[in-house]
Amino acid sequence: MELFLMTVTTGLMVGGIYALVALGWVLIYKCSGVLNLAMGELTLIGAYVTLTFYQMGVPFILAVVGTLLVGILLGILCERIFLDKLIGEPILSVIMVTVGMSFFFKGVVQFIWGSDTRVFDPPVFALKPIEIGFLKVSSVYLWSFILSILLLLIFVAFFKFTRWGLSMQATADDETAALSLGVSARFVYAAAWAIAFMSAGVGGALLGNINGINISVGYLGLLVLPAVVLGGLNSVPGAIAGGIIIGLLQNLSGTYLDQYFPGGVKEIVPFAFMAVFLLFKPYGLWGWERIERV
Amino acid sequence: MVQGGALKEGDTILELVDVHMHFGKVAALSGVSLEVKKGEIHSIIGPNGAGKTVMMNCINGLYRPQKGDILYKGQRINELKPYQRAELGLSRTFQKIELFGGMTVLDNIRLGRHIQLRSGIVSGSIYVGKTRKEELECRKFLEEEIIDLLEIEDIRDKTVHMLPYGLQKRVELGRALALQPELLLLDEPLAGLNLEEVEDMARFILDINEEERWRVTCILVEHDMGVVMDISNRVFVLNFGNPIMDGPPAEVQKNPEVVKAYLGEEDLYSTRR
Ligand SMILES: Nc1ncnc2c1ncn2[C@@H]1O[C@H](COP(=O)(O)OP(=O)(O)OP(=O)(O)O)[C@@H](O)[C@H]1O
Ligand SMILES: [Mg+2]
Repeated sequence: MELFLMTVTTGLMVGGIYALVALGWVLIYKCSGVLNLAMGELTLIGAYVTLTFYQMGVPFILAVVGTLLVGILLGILCERIFLDKLIGEPILSVIMVTVGMSFFFKGVVQFIWGSDTRVFDPPVFALKPIEIGFLKVSSVYLWSFILSILLLLIFVAFFKFTRWGLSMQATADDETAALSLGVSARFVYAAAWAIAFMSAGVGGALLGNINGINISVGYLGLLVLPAVVLGGLNSVPGAIAGGIIIGLLQNLSGTYLDQYFPGGVKEIVPFAFMAVFLLFKPYGLWGWERIERV
Repeated sequence: MVQGGALKEGDTILELVDVHMHFGKVAALSGVSLEVKKGEIHSIIGPNGAGKTVMMNCINGLYRPQKGDILYKGQRINELKPYQRAELGLSRTFQKIELFGGMTVLDNIRLGRHIQLRSGIVSGSIYVGKTRKEELECRKFLEEEIIDLLEIEDIRDKTVHMLPYGLQKRVELGRALALQPELLLLDEPLAGLNLEEVEDMARFILDINEEERWRVTCILVEHDMGVVMDISNRVFVLNFGNPIMDGPPAEVQKNPEVVKAYLGEEDLYSTRR
């Protein structure tokens, strides 16, 4: 029983990080209909940027803030350099460009940071687990979870209560109308990319704290894809729920199935679950029923 | 904002000069010229597929014509994006309703207003001496005015996609008004409405055009000939991309070519309801 509870708690907390990365994915899809396949690499870049700040002696939390700023900058830059010219082109072309971006980023990352696994040194979070009642949770997980949820709340508040957020919502809802009402499409796309870079970057930094940082953090970023699809691709609550479900599945399968299928079962189960789930609910949990358009 | 100063009633607010727009081989507009005077309701009529909606999209910037000039208050706006044209005071509604379906009526109206807020801050001068609080109150007042005018008080907090079609059309008009436009493009605001709703909507359009508070110049695309002839100052007739004539309703009704090309269909529209 205790093992089960521990597994669930850990799953929930990792799920929080996935939810954060999933948010970036959903945002770009919602605002522009593009599935950004470079999301995994954004996570990777975020992890390395945070690490670099940290090793320059910047406290972790400020390193995260720095990563957010770099995220804004890179997001806007990418949108301007790669995507702005593609407004109005077929969605598939844009998606292929994001595939190109993913290879490009991976190359850049290996060039700058090499391919050895790096860890945050000294460790950011105390190694001693925190005890909540009879549950023992390692502090990395707990703090990562808290930070993810905090950021998610900030982003959601941004959409709900600011004029910029409203413009983004409006564009996601009905682009033609939003444009005609005075919303600038370029601004909305740039903002969506900036937020996606921020959420993926911080997600990467947190994941990097758990497992160390190498190219595989990028694959963790991609692991969020089932979470996004599960939630319905365009739904923010869906992304959050999806992220948490994937975190839970991953940990439960790691704990209980690994003994029967040793090796990578943890990585496969989320995708298998996504496939089966979509058979029954093709639009995900809260998706629009017009996804076939893409 | 550079707006070429305030126009008087009767000055030209919008001008199209020899506008051509084609999609591949389809010529949607072949040499359309139009002059809209401030304070008027200028209608555009023509059969299905004539190019009326394309014309609206060119004016508002969703489409860029391949040839010709679009002048707003004397300024060439061909290169401006839709949002920039909105900032200049151009607003519109759509033939196929384009509301933000998941939001409430009030939020839809607010959205138009929010965008106004930006130009308000940029131009600043309008609000010199006023506190931000006063400014916000002023905008809240605008919302109330629109809700009053369009008689949508009891649905203000309803989600838009739950509303019947006729009310959605009304909300769309409200959202367009929240931009406090000088020129309003209305693409078939009466289509799909029942008799009573048509009367209401026609009255709202007249109010917006005539009441001292609004005084909005309107370009109206509409198939309902009764209403068009009733409320328009001028009527422009378009037939498959080609302008046929432009004149006061009485003249248009007498033109044999117009009757042949279009008004002959009037029976069709009276049976529609
Ligand atoms: N985006 C587009 N791509 C290709 N062709 C288009 C496009 N928009 C309009 N057209 C074509 O331009 C022509 C004029 O269409 P438009 O929608 O302006 O007609 P309309 O006068 O508004 O008709 P209706 O009364 O049915 O609304 C049609 O032949 C239409 O198929
Ligand atoms: Mg039309």
